[in-house]
Amino acid sequence: METSKNLIKLLYRLGDNTLIYGQRLAEWCSNGPTLEEDVALTNISLDNFGQTRAIYSHLAEIENKGKTEDDYAFRRNERQFYNALIVERPNGHFGDTIARGFLFDAFQLHFYQELTKSNNEFLAGLAAKSLKEVQYHVRHSGEWVVRLGDGTDESKEKIQKSINDMWEFTGDMFATDSAIDKLTEEGVAPNYNLVKEKWTKTVEEVLYRATLKKPEDCYMQKGSLSGLHSEFLGHLLGDMQYLQRAYPDSEW
Amino acid sequence: MSTLGEATMTGQELFDYKIENDLKIEPKDWMPEDYRKHLQRQMSQHAHSEVIGMQPEGNWILRAPSLRAKVILLAKVQDEAGHGQYLYSAAETLGKTRDEFINELQTGKAKYSSIFNYPTLTWADMGAVGWLVDGAAIVNQVSLQRTSYGPYSRAMVKICKEESFHQRQGYEIMAQMANGTPEQKEMAQDALNRFWWPSIMMFGPHDGDSPRTGNAMKWKIKRETNDDLRQQFIDKTVAQAEVIGLTIPDPDLKWNEERGHYDFGKMDWDEFWNVVNGNGPCNKQRLQHHIDAHKNGSWVRKAANAYAEKNG
Ligand SMILES: [Fe+2]
Ligand SMILES: [Fe+2]
Ligand SMILES: [Fe+2]
Repeated sequence: METSKNLIKLLYRLGDNTLIYGQRLAEWCSNGPTLEEDVALTNISLDNFGQTRAIYSHLAEIENKGKTEDDYAFRRNERQFYNALIVERPNGHFGDTIARGFLFDAFQLHFYQELTKSNNEFLAGLAAKSLKEVQYHVRHSGEWVVRLGDGTDESKEKIQKSINDMWEFTGDMFATDSAIDKLTEEGVAPNYNLVKEKWTKTVEEVLYRATLKKPEDCYMQKGSLSGLHSEFLGHLLGDMQYLQRAYPDSEW
Repeated sequence: MSTLGEATMTGQELFDYKIENDLKIEPKDWMPEDYRKHLQRQMSQHAHSEVIGMQPEGNWILRAPSLRAKVILLAKVQDEAGHGQYLYSAAETLGKTRDEFINELQTGKAKYSSIFNYPTLTWADMGAVGWLVDGAAIVNQVSLQRTSYGPYSRAMVKICKEESFHQRQGYEIMAQMANGTPEQKEMAQDALNRFWWPSIMMFGPHDGDSPRTGNAMKWKIKRETNDDLRQQFIDKTVAQAEVIGLTIPDPDLKWNEERGHYDFGKMDWDEFWNVVNGNGPCNKQRLQHHIDAHKNGSWVRKAANAYAEKNG
């Protein structure tokens, strides 16, 4: 019983991460710097929504309260979302989106890699399947960090600032609470310290290739695991949930 | 072994021979300058339409009412970006670059389909656009699979497969809403009312008022006339509306036994030309959106070029 409550918390965390990230990337549709980039960002968005649906469907199954995937996405309030702070950051310019994307995609890569070893069958399967997708995501965002960093003076300055600005939201990706710590002990969730070590290496490697500086250690924002978010999340949810909220008795 | 008589045929004769025998004209073939110009205009306009068409549907991606609907719509808009890519590439075989085409779009020299100058006001519009706008596009594009220019014809074959998904998905949204709550049904009917006439005008002016149709038919760029295509679309769409209990907003719509087609009412060509000439509800917004996105991406494209040059 305790395990399943903890597992539910972790599933919220994972599903909310990919949902909010997918929604942010969908904002790029028709706004990309090239058609090719529109297609690429849409692909990543679609992959994230796909992962979300798998996670929420499983959540509905184990919660067994007659909910559907859509109840999780459209019928929860700001304080009931547990996504990491970084994914709700506004898109900003293309460099901001790439910086956010790279820092989060690299997290997903190492998180899922470790999660393939989970003794929970669903999580191990989800991780194995999603790993192929996030490998592509981190290649896409990482290559752009390199191109922008080693492109023009203007692009270098821009992407460096984007990385710096995003840095204070990276600590929260690795946050755990007592529920997740318990799952790590039990071999259900990965060891977050290990994920962080690997993430740091990937980030340093890419920043090196991009001829960019690693931001200095700074205060890290926190709170997402208690449902404490930025003001931005409420607006994102307002748009996303509008129809479900306005017409609660309708099916779509 | 020789090219025999062929060697003595002029470019024009070879071109005429291919047209006559329903063979495809390929990029390296000689072609009349007017044929090339006609295709450059038509194909780039088609490409621009795919790209500008991303905006009215993009308007609802963030607000789609279910995860399934969101994914379907996002994938659909992504397909349209892909269609834009194929069509620009196909058009580039005629000797102009994508940048040149985009510049013509942004300076108002090139047009795109006027249908995208109407706003998408409710979720039902995602149904109406898929069902009617993609539906009309399919009728046109199926016909263009037999167009005489090889790269254009092949692009149409590739695109048509995806368009028929789009049309079905749009119809599914309409069907669901038409059979939903009274509010949903009202939204669906309203969307049909707003999109019906602009959709049937997508095929362009009556044949008599369409000055370019003559050459386009002669060169087999166009295989069927505007009026024939429009009639095909109306004939197949009327029954689809009936099945889901929606009413096509045309009191003159009536089956004509003798013709074997539906008769339909007068289209408002003043409105059509008004929108074509820039005065539709969204003309300025759509173009400005494209210009802004392009401008905002300029530093990114420059950086990518600079990086590619440095790193071979
Ligand atoms: Fe289209
Ligand atoms: Fe298309
Ligand atoms: Fe389409």
